Amino acid sequence: MGPFMSVFAFVFLAPIGYSIYLSLFQNRLVGGNQFVGLSNYTQLLADPQFWEAFGRVALFLVVQVPIMLTLSLLAALAIDSLKLYGTAFFRISIFMPYAVPAVVAALMWGFMYGNRFGLVGSLSDFLGVTIPDPLGANVILVSIGNIVTWEFVGYNMLIFYSSLKTIPHSLYEAAAIDGAGEWRIITAIKIPALRGALGIATIFSIIGSFQLFNEPSILQNLAPNAITTYYTPNYYAYNLSFAGQQYNYSATVAIVMGLITMAVAYLVQLRGNREN
Amino acid sequence: MSKKTTPAVAHRGYNVENPRKSRLLTLVMGLMLIYTYLPLLWLFISSTKTQGDLFSTFGLWFGHDFALWDNIRETLTYNDGQFVRWFLNTLMYVILGAGGSVLLSVLAGYGLAKFDFPGKNAVFAIVIGAVAVPGTALAVPTFLMFAKLGLTNTPWSVIIPSLISPFGLYLMWQFTRDAVPTELLEAARIDGASEFRTFRQVALPLLGPGIVTVALFAIVATWNNYFLPLIMLKDASWYPLTIGLNAWNAQAATAGGQAIFNLVITASLLTIIPLIAAFLSLQRFWQAGLASGGVKE
Repeated sequence: MGPFMSVFAFVFLAPIGYSIYLSLFQNRLVGGNQFVGLSNYTQLLADPQFWEAFGRVALFLVVQVPIMLTLSLLAALAIDSLKLYGTAFFRISIFMPYAVPAVVAALMWGFMYGNRFGLVGSLSDFLGVTIPDPLGANVILVSIGNIVTWEFVGYNMLIFYSSLKTIPHSLYEAAAIDGAGEWRIITAIKIPALRGALGIATIFSIIGSFQLFNEPSILQNLAPNAITTYYTPNYYAYNLSFAGQQYNYSATVAIVMGLITMAVAYLVQLRGNREN
Repeated sequence: MSKKTTPAVAHRGYNVENPRKSRLLTLVMGLMLIYTYLPLLWLFISSTKTQGDLFSTFGLWFGHDFALWDNIRETLTYNDGQFVRWFLNTLMYVILGAGGSVLLSVLAGYGLAKFDFPGKNAVFAIVIGAVAVPGTALAVPTFLMFAKLGLTNTPWSVIIPSLISPFGLYLMWQFTRDAVPTELLEAARIDGASEFRTFRQVALPLLGPGIVTVALFAIVATWNNYFLPLIMLKDASWYPLTIGLNAWNAQAATAGGQAIFNLVITASLLTIIPLIAAFLSLQRFWQAGLASGGVKE
């Protein structure tokens, strides 16, 4: 316990403390580093770039996460039903993208989206229609959603599947003797048993959406006009620090996003518990 | 006619153990398989092409020349073997970072599951709470803190934060609780074994699948880590593969930079192969570990 906690304190607790400290200061041209109380926070609340970025990840969360988790759930149920030819092959295949680094995933999809390598262009020609440019400003959020879904469907499927495996099979037999059909077994036994796993997957997905960074930052090279420096809050905080040297304000963005994430995760958990 | 008697249950409704295979379901799930494999297939096919063919031939079929071996050779030697250097860096980050994280998770998970000590609940609450702390809130301040300590732009700046995995601790705690019976530990203690010996000879062998699971997830997290090294490292000779790949890709967009898309693509392929191999060869262990300990309510 000791070693874990000391490293933990160093890489988790200390940065959080330091971050709060930073957010209370401002580096002024005259007077240097000054204590400014909550002034960074009031500035953030009125910052349209932050709210635009926040709105974008919130939209992403509301649309992408349900689609991804539904797909994962269906895949887990299909694989658990043992009705597929080649069950084990399906299970490992769908999980595989999780092993692919976000950098490689974003590059692959980015190249496939791009007009230079021609996949989307070829598809447009083949269908005789013009598919909107996946790297265009209006569509790119959907394109990012597709990449994230591709990466994490299998991971969430595995969480659900492992949870399904812990259901004792005697329950199914008892239900079958009572005349329950397959659909009834899914709705009355399997789905309720997945509550805990669903909660965990949802919370991880919320955290992931609010933290969105890798995919937009890599696609930025391929779609420089569609992805702004404040495309997501995380990307905004990164650019504030490393392009703008505004460390204090960047720490404020990070803290506010951290607080919002924890609050949303907590609310979702509360709701999940009440439904039980 | 089969002589074997089937249990009555099978006739009435749902046969749990061995249901009829469904072609329709397999077909529908096949669509998902296509979705999964499409980019990987594209990556493989593209890595067999010359840069010219990449732009001029259809993405999902081979080009005029089969250039895979040339591409691999060029990837490994470009810029004095930069790729090999990054590969070795990644390996080092994985061994020290992921390895250390597994060690700490196993010790701490075992400690939490099998010992009582004052403040145990508080420790548990803080660590689990930390799972919900977004990396965002940590990355920038960690960078500034490390900069003050003179650790940025050294391998330590990537290794030290990798050592802590709250999720690994959580998995290990769950797994220890389920897989290691307390009576067994007590029996060993009564026989006069020291705490360390009890842990090593009694508990550790039972924890095998759990450790493999935690290790694989830690390896993936470290191998694929992008954000942390991106902010910590300036010097290309310490880059892991992920940052290096993106640097190669960005090179085409900079003024006077050489476009090396064929190398970016081949390097991507070489980057994912080791992890996929690890998952495939260890799947028996990590799937068992996940199912028996991981995500129960």
